[in-house]
Amino acid sequence: MISTMDTSAISTTQLTRTYRKAQPRRWWGKRIAQAAPTEFVALHDVSLEVRHGELFGLLGPNGAGKTTLIKILTTLLAPTSGSARVDGLDVVTQPDQIRPRINMVSGGESSGYGILNVRENLWLFARIYGVPSAEAHKRIERMLDVVGLADKANSRISYLSTGQRQKMNFCRGFITNPKILFLDEPTLGLDVTSARAIRTFIKQWMKEQANRTLLLTTHYMAEADELCDRLAIIDKGQVLACDTPANLKRRVQQYPLYTLSLAPGPNGWADLQRIPGVHQSTATTTPTTVELKLSLIEESAIGSVVQSLVNRGGHILSLKRVEPTLEDAFIELVGHSITEDESRPAEHRG
Amino acid sequence: MSVPFRLFLAAALARTYPRVAWLFRSRFWVIQETVLPVLAVAAFAYAYRSMNAPPAYTGFVVLGAAMTTFWLNVLWGMGAQLYWERDSGNLEHYIMSPAPLMAVLTGMALGGMTTTIVRAAAITVTGVILFDVPFQPTSWWALTAVFLLTLVALYGLGMMFASLFLLWGREAWHLVNLLQEPVYLLSGTNFPVSIFPKAIAIFASIIPLTAGMDAMRQILFRTPGLFPVWIEVLVLAILAGAFLSAARRFLRVLERWAKEEGRLTVRWQ
Repeated sequence: MISTMDTSAISTTQLTRTYRKAQPRRWWGKRIAQAAPTEFVALHDVSLEVRHGELFGLLGPNGAGKTTLIKILTTLLAPTSGSARVDGLDVVTQPDQIRPRINMVSGGESSGYGILNVRENLWLFARIYGVPSAEAHKRIERMLDVVGLADKANSRISYLSTGQRQKMNFCRGFITNPKILFLDEPTLGLDVTSARAIRTFIKQWMKEQANRTLLLTTHYMAEADELCDRLAIIDKGQVLACDTPANLKRRVQQYPLYTLSLAPGPNGWADLQRIPGVHQSTATTTPTTVELKLSLIEESAIGSVVQSLVNRGGHILSLKRVEPTLEDAFIELVGHSITEDESRPAEHRG
Repeated sequence: MSVPFRLFLAAALARTYPRVAWLFRSRFWVIQETVLPVLAVAAFAYAYRSMNAPPAYTGFVVLGAAMTTFWLNVLWGMGAQLYWERDSGNLEHYIMSPAPLMAVLTGMALGGMTTTIVRAAAITVTGVILFDVPFQPTSWWALTAVFLLTLVALYGLGMMFASLFLLWGREAWHLVNLLQEPVYLLSGTNFPVSIFPKAIAIFASIIPLTAGMDAMRQILFRTPGLFPVWIEVLVLAILAGAFLSAARRFLRVLERWAKEEGRLTVRWQ
């Protein structure tokens, strides 16, 4: 039964997904020991609501649970507990009604048939959504122009670069004209110009029809800040905050923010957080400098920080007070930068 | 909710397209898929000639070689295909689309049949020219009907295998390997299956290739077969219906299991 009461484009209630590893197998009656843990909680009690017409972002490091959440919402994965609804329909009991209304693009995916060219691949995926052939070709031409792939329309996809395949997959998501679109890292690996063209098109696509909804996951803070009406910050399978980018940034505005640029040298910045008045500090190392970002409980603590760095032999190249960014809000909530979490097991990439 | 026939057809024909395109764009299949089977046929043909076997036996071998291409296509091009589709990232798009997986499998089957018919025809024509096969068909219509029915039953079995791959993943490769050689033997690829003891012959008849080839040999060479042609046609029709409905049911159940276990999209599993 289709719910008419649910006005959300997407809603989840206490959604949990646990991956279970295969049971240990027996070989000639002998049990093989399994050292690895048997369960992994990818999502834990996630409750979210995305309104119709909203461009909603999911921000989180690798393994946070973003992709797992998208797989559940696109009816590809069953939740372990809790519920999820897309356009008012339950993902477990009404997948057949949900599927004509959605589409998904994942960054770095390798779908398609190498023997076919770009146009033919897109036509194939349009046809499985029942898009009439002539209409499909019209939409394909438009999308190829948008992503700058028109000159490759007749090239076999096995001859395309990774970025070109990514652009083709981006087109695939739009040619079926979905009501709700899921974009999982759509600009991953794209050059700056292409990424900008894609962001411009996303904004334009959302404006074309008021009832279109888009759920976007991205690693790029600037992209999320530029595109999203609202954002959820997710880490270790849990939603830590959900608000507009402006409101999320306002949360960290209470702490004055400073950036310090240091010449490479002794690692004297590791325990800056111990200095009284320092709320948080993160460091990014480049080949020529070390960039420190500090949020302070008291503005006056900056003096102690500078003193401490100088005492430890640090050579300060620059110091400035900055306005908070989305990344600062992310660090405040998650406790580390979005790129600082690559050490987690890659096998459970969220 | 039933899927409109138009969507089913559109999806099936769309999925047929890559296979047909392969036929025209891949340049080496003629050598690999025609010359090599004909070499295998030659070995048996000369063996039969040296034993002064009836000339129809050479025809048995040619027909066996042609039909074997369908069996290989069913195993590797149907059974193993969903596993490949998952690894290449296509499966999740098929499942997420409004088209049913049965339409995708039907497209694979239609594409597989089209390409394999061309290959089988090439083998048959080459075999007939090289070994002077004595065709004496009782009816070309009956032959065509039995041939098509055999394909439906065979590809129905292929669809069933494909759904099992969703559940077993990599382990299903072993199943396919296990099925390949025994089926050559049980279906009588290179000899008349009527030489088997009756019990084994009846058991072998659950393989569509066995009943199909035996019926076609009876029609083409007017030789005695395992059962009368009409019984074999009936067996093929029952097998076709059973395999197709089992495939449909399996797909639904196994898709649900695969979603619960995260096997549809998680490629490392």
